[in-house]
Amino acid sequence: MNKDELLNALENSIIMGHLDADDEGYDGTMEGTPGTLEYTEQALEEGVEPQKILELFGRAMEEVGKLFETDEYNLPDMLASAECVGEAMDILEPKLQAGSSSQKGKFLIATVKGDLHDIGKNIVATMIKGAGYQVKDLGIDVPAGDILQSIRDFKPDFVGLSALLTTTMIEMEQVVKMIKDEGFSDIKVFIGGAPTSKKFATKIGADYYCRDVMDAIHILEKLREAS
Amino acid sequence: MDEQKNQYRKALRVQPVERLTQTQVKSIHDASVKLLAETGIKCAGEKAAGVYRNAGCSVSEINDGKQKLWQILFPEELLKKALNSVPSKVVLGARDPQNTLCLDAHVPAVYFGTGSESNIYLRSKIEEFSTADGRNTLQYPVYEEEQGSIAALCESARLIDHLEHADFFIRNINIQDEAINLKNKDVNVFFNSFVNTGKHVQGGLVDPEALPAVISLAKIIAGEQPHLPLSFIVCPIRSPLFMVDDSSEKVILIAREKIPMVISSSPQGGVTAPIQEEGIIMQINAEILAGVALAQFASPGAPVLYGSVPTRAQLDTLQDCYGTAEFIHYAAGCAQMARFYGIPCYSSAGVGDVKRPGIQAMAEKVYSYKGVAAAGAHYIHYSFGLLDGTNIFSPLQAVLDNASIALVKDILRVPDYEDAQIEAAIGEITKAAKGSGMFTRGVRKQARRGVVSNTYEFVTDGEEDQVFTQAQAKLDACLADDANTLPEEVIGRVYKEIPGLLNNVTGGLS
Repeated sequence: MNKDELLNALENSIIMGHLDADDEGYDGTMEGTPGTLEYTEQALEEGVEPQKILELFGRAMEEVGKLFETDEYNLPDMLASAECVGEAMDILEPKLQAGSSSQKGKFLIATVKGDLHDIGKNIVATMIKGAGYQVKDLGIDVPAGDILQSIRDFKPDFVGLSALLTTTMIEMEQVVKMIKDEGFSDIKVFIGGAPTSKKFATKIGADYYCRDVMDAIHILEKLREAS
Repeated sequence: MDEQKNQYRKALRVQPVERLTQTQVKSIHDASVKLLAETGIKCAGEKAAGVYRNAGCSVSEINDGKQKLWQILFPEELLKKALNSVPSKVVLGARDPQNTLCLDAHVPAVYFGTGSESNIYLRSKIEEFSTADGRNTLQYPVYEEEQGSIAALCESARLIDHLEHADFFIRNINIQDEAINLKNKDVNVFFNSFVNTGKHVQGGLVDPEALPAVISLAKIIAGEQPHLPLSFIVCPIRSPLFMVDDSSEKVILIAREKIPMVISSSPQGGVTAPIQEEGIIMQINAEILAGVALAQFASPGAPVLYGSVPTRAQLDTLQDCYGTAEFIHYAAGCAQMARFYGIPCYSSAGVGDVKRPGIQAMAEKVYSYKGVAAAGAHYIHYSFGLLDGTNIFSPLQAVLDNASIALVKDILRVPDYEDAQIEAAIGEITKAAKGSGMFTRGVRKQARRGVVSNTYEFVTDGEEDQVFTQAQAKLDACLADDANTLPEEVIGRVYKEIPGLLNNVTGGLS
């Protein structure tokens, strides 16, 4: 397999959501064959520029996005591809020049204190990472102070806050207020979760309300285009 | 053709819900046998009486002063002999071979199709309505009733050809065109159906003398295929326990041709049969057995379906009523009786008592699909488009019914897992619990396995219910596509060889 063939195989494995040799891929036929992780390692070993691989990830996810838009893929299919990119990024990132992986932006995400729900937040984190953003996931039940400290350390462009309980919406309001009060006014704050709404986002001073993961991705892409 | 190599249209496999205990089934059987042995049936058909007499039944002439009648009494052993010769498996051919149906009494697999012979065809289109101040608008269907015609029959057949969950087409419209008469009705019904659908076509036989022409037509359509694309429904019984002359003759004729035939009876609980479950089931069972016996005595091994179409009376009008629990109870009991005898079951579900599509129709239909299919009836007719009892066929409703049947199929899907799947699930849970905590990657695999259901077909992202508008759009698209039709040379041959066809095929041809 020459380098072009290798890169084609890597791109295809992402589109097919084929993580590694243990995974069967989109059509159920790929178990036992190299997947995204193996091809990424092989590409690096054979001297392919990390930046070139990073660009390939973007192209592959763009194609996956099209398959989703045309209803050929479901969200789990898209998530599988995003997971491939997310895990491959862990291999690629140390090889990249400083700052290149986060060229699309840094995204800090957390479920606010008092709320133990993490499924929606995990899905958003996986997808955003797969879309090429550098993601730091603080987990669930995260106190406002920890979120602020992470903002200082990680220096994100975006902060995503999740809540599934009406009771934790109040906490969300507190966190947003603290972010603004601390002077991080250039950070765009996204909120999401079942009890939240556009109206609520406006009320608490969050920049964007995301109905679902695709809404979040679309907003991020619009922001990128605008910049 | 090697039967082993046949690929039949996929049916809905179910794990039958047994409404009656085996003791109750046996009691119904015993009661039906007793009815047939002691009360018997009155038979107005001289030929049928002759067939029964030759087979060994007790046949005695009754003089009621109006018409010639015979009382037929059935010795139990004779009934057993007749039942023993009924094939437990019936194959129904189709113009498109992949639509061939296999009904096996020992396999609870369900097919859905149209039924009845409605007088009214209900056209629909979407119009926009707004409130007086113009601030709110609503898109909603408006309807126009049309007398049944060949054109409506053609459209119906074409629609059914497109609907994913419609497995067969029973001529659903009573064609009332001026040029149609009793002599030419049969060939025109079947031919116009064949032109517009590649699925199995079933109908009644109006004129026994038309049978040879209808069979010749079916042979031309079938070409080299081993199974004819048509079958018949005959209702030889007028409840209670009366066999009519012309229909009993049709049973004999069709049985001798060995063409699959539904032997049906349709008593109405509360008027022509007892309203209580055990009463109507024992009566309809006796009536169907009498008809099945006639077919078997006339032609042992004739392929027949156990045609159970019991209804209940509407208590304010005494008309047929379909939106009641009893309708399902009766049908479910009959499905069990058919299984008891090892005869494929023809049943009914999905009739709305209301005159227009809407929430009432949806409610009445959905629970009957589920109830009757769950009972393991093999061939469920009436399932598409019927409203106002069976008087109206609405193509829009048929599209809605298709979506409802999809849901019911998913609900009734038989759990299908073995040790390998259990082990795989343990592995999946363990991996996710240690890792991401998410199981989304496994969804695709299970979708391929066929255990992940679709959502309702006509969902909307907005706040407004758009079921009608989406269904109407699908209907319009289906009717506009007439590509699946007969080759012109076949149509030419049919016109050359089959007498009585009107020269106005409206489906599939310009």
